[in-house]
Amino acid sequence: MEDILTYGFMQRALVAGIFISVACAILGIFLVLKRDAMLGHGLSHVTFGGVALGLFLGVKPLLVALVVAVLCALVIQKLREKAGLYEDTAIGIFSSTGMAIGIILVTLSGKFNVDLFSYLFGNILAIERFEVVIAVFLALAVIMIISFFYQELLYQTFDAESARTSGIRTGFLDAVLAVLTSITVVIGMKVVGILLVAALLVIPSAAGLQIAKTFRQAVIISSGVSIGSVIAGLFTAFYWDLPAAGTTVVVAFLVFLALGTVRILRKRGVLE
Amino acid sequence: MGLPVSNEPLVFVKNISFSFGSTKVLEDINLSITTGDFLAIIGPNGSGKTTFLKIILGILEPYKGVIQLLGEDVKSFRQWDKIGYVPQKAINIDAFFPVSVREVVAMGLLSKKDFPRFLRRRDEKVIDQALEQVALKDFKTRRIGELSGGQQQRVFIARAIVNQPSLLFLDEPTAGIDAATQEKFYSMLGTLNQANKITIVLITHDLGIINNRVTKIACLNQKLVFHGTHEDFCNSGVVQELLRGEHHLVCHRH
Repeated sequence: MEDILTYGFMQRALVAGIFISVACAILGIFLVLKRDAMLGHGLSHVTFGGVALGLFLGVKPLLVALVVAVLCALVIQKLREKAGLYEDTAIGIFSSTGMAIGIILVTLSGKFNVDLFSYLFGNILAIERFEVVIAVFLALAVIMIISFFYQELLYQTFDAESARTSGIRTGFLDAVLAVLTSITVVIGMKVVGILLVAALLVIPSAAGLQIAKTFRQAVIISSGVSIGSVIAGLFTAFYWDLPAAGTTVVVAFLVFLALGTVRILRKRGVLE
Repeated sequence: MGLPVSNEPLVFVKNISFSFGSTKVLEDINLSITTGDFLAIIGPNGSGKTTFLKIILGILEPYKGVIQLLGEDVKSFRQWDKIGYVPQKAINIDAFFPVSVREVVAMGLLSKKDFPRFLRRRDEKVIDQALEQVALKDFKTRRIGELSGGQQQRVFIARAIVNQPSLLFLDEPTAGIDAATQEKFYSMLGTLNQANKITIVLITHDLGIINNRVTKIACLNQKLVFHGTHEDFCNSGVVQELLRGEHHLVCHRH
């Protein structure tokens, strides 16, 4: 155990992984309860377009992806509000278009290589120092913004109509949530990759929601599941040479199953 | 609680018209609600009652007309802490939403707070008082989904009155609740109106059970068919004919 932590790459992976996983878990609870879990999935596809654009232009893909994802999140939000599109329709249009543009750009740039694969499948063990700094900074920003709007987001998620009659700007909060989701997807892609980042937003939160009685409990349990899954993923990758992204998501899924079982047993009166 | 009695209407509605696409829902509605009123809004199914309430609260926007709440245009209205709203929610609540009774009541306090809307320790006392008023203090830490429909509706009442509002709006609050619980519920509303001087606007289908408590009745059927006192309502044959079979009408007071 001590040996593994003396490696610089492992330290960087742990620090980035823990911060990103907490941001994903907390944000994911709101998305899951708002029945908006597909937003993360859609934005991850858009992020692929952003990464491809970065590779095509020769600019840092992480930063280009961030800008593209935030802009698309805002446009999706506006389309939902103003164009009368169903929520999943707006997401579907942008996710597939983002993916399509990404494929064209990658083909044009001839960069269908290891670099792109690390974005698609994640490679947290190869995370660079500057990426750790950006990831930690953005994860902290997401967590802080959520804590500032925590009560309003909770009210809006539980009962949006009544929240409006309390003077809460629900449209603005939806936009905030969409932007935070896009940021989280971009930084989460370093941990589990574009293809699996939506899982990090949904599974730990869904797991926490199985047994939480209050919102605060949901935040704590989901964050714990998320951190535990990322650490488990890192350790299995180190010791058994398995892909960290895949094992992280599988561990989260197993915890989800376990907590789901606890919920069923509680419901049947077998457990307190 | 409540505002000092004055002739200024708390709610002023002028020439409101609303449609969903090409379907007209409300046409040229004019109505004033004054301090101390306990107004029941009634009407056949699809008559626009809930739509009307949502327009008053600024949730829906009419294509024509003016709405003023406490003397301010609803579009620029900011005194939301003086308004309480109880939606027709208990039957739609997500039973597994991880939120405690305390957390739900605390939501009502947000209208009084500036950004960032953090809760303070002193807020706990106010939450306790609101829960005491609806006799649910012992349920404070329970998840709301674990409560019965009637108890959940009382939690929403506690959330609506936690700021000691001047105006309380309720949209069919007893839908899906048994008769005995309804009686207790309306008795509590009567106390809020009489003792706490809260002006109440209530959408209901059952005039019988609130017969002793409402002071005014408004009957909607796309247009405002009737607005006046309970006595005038009982003498209005047109209204009785319109509502036959849809409302339980009782035209005598105990």
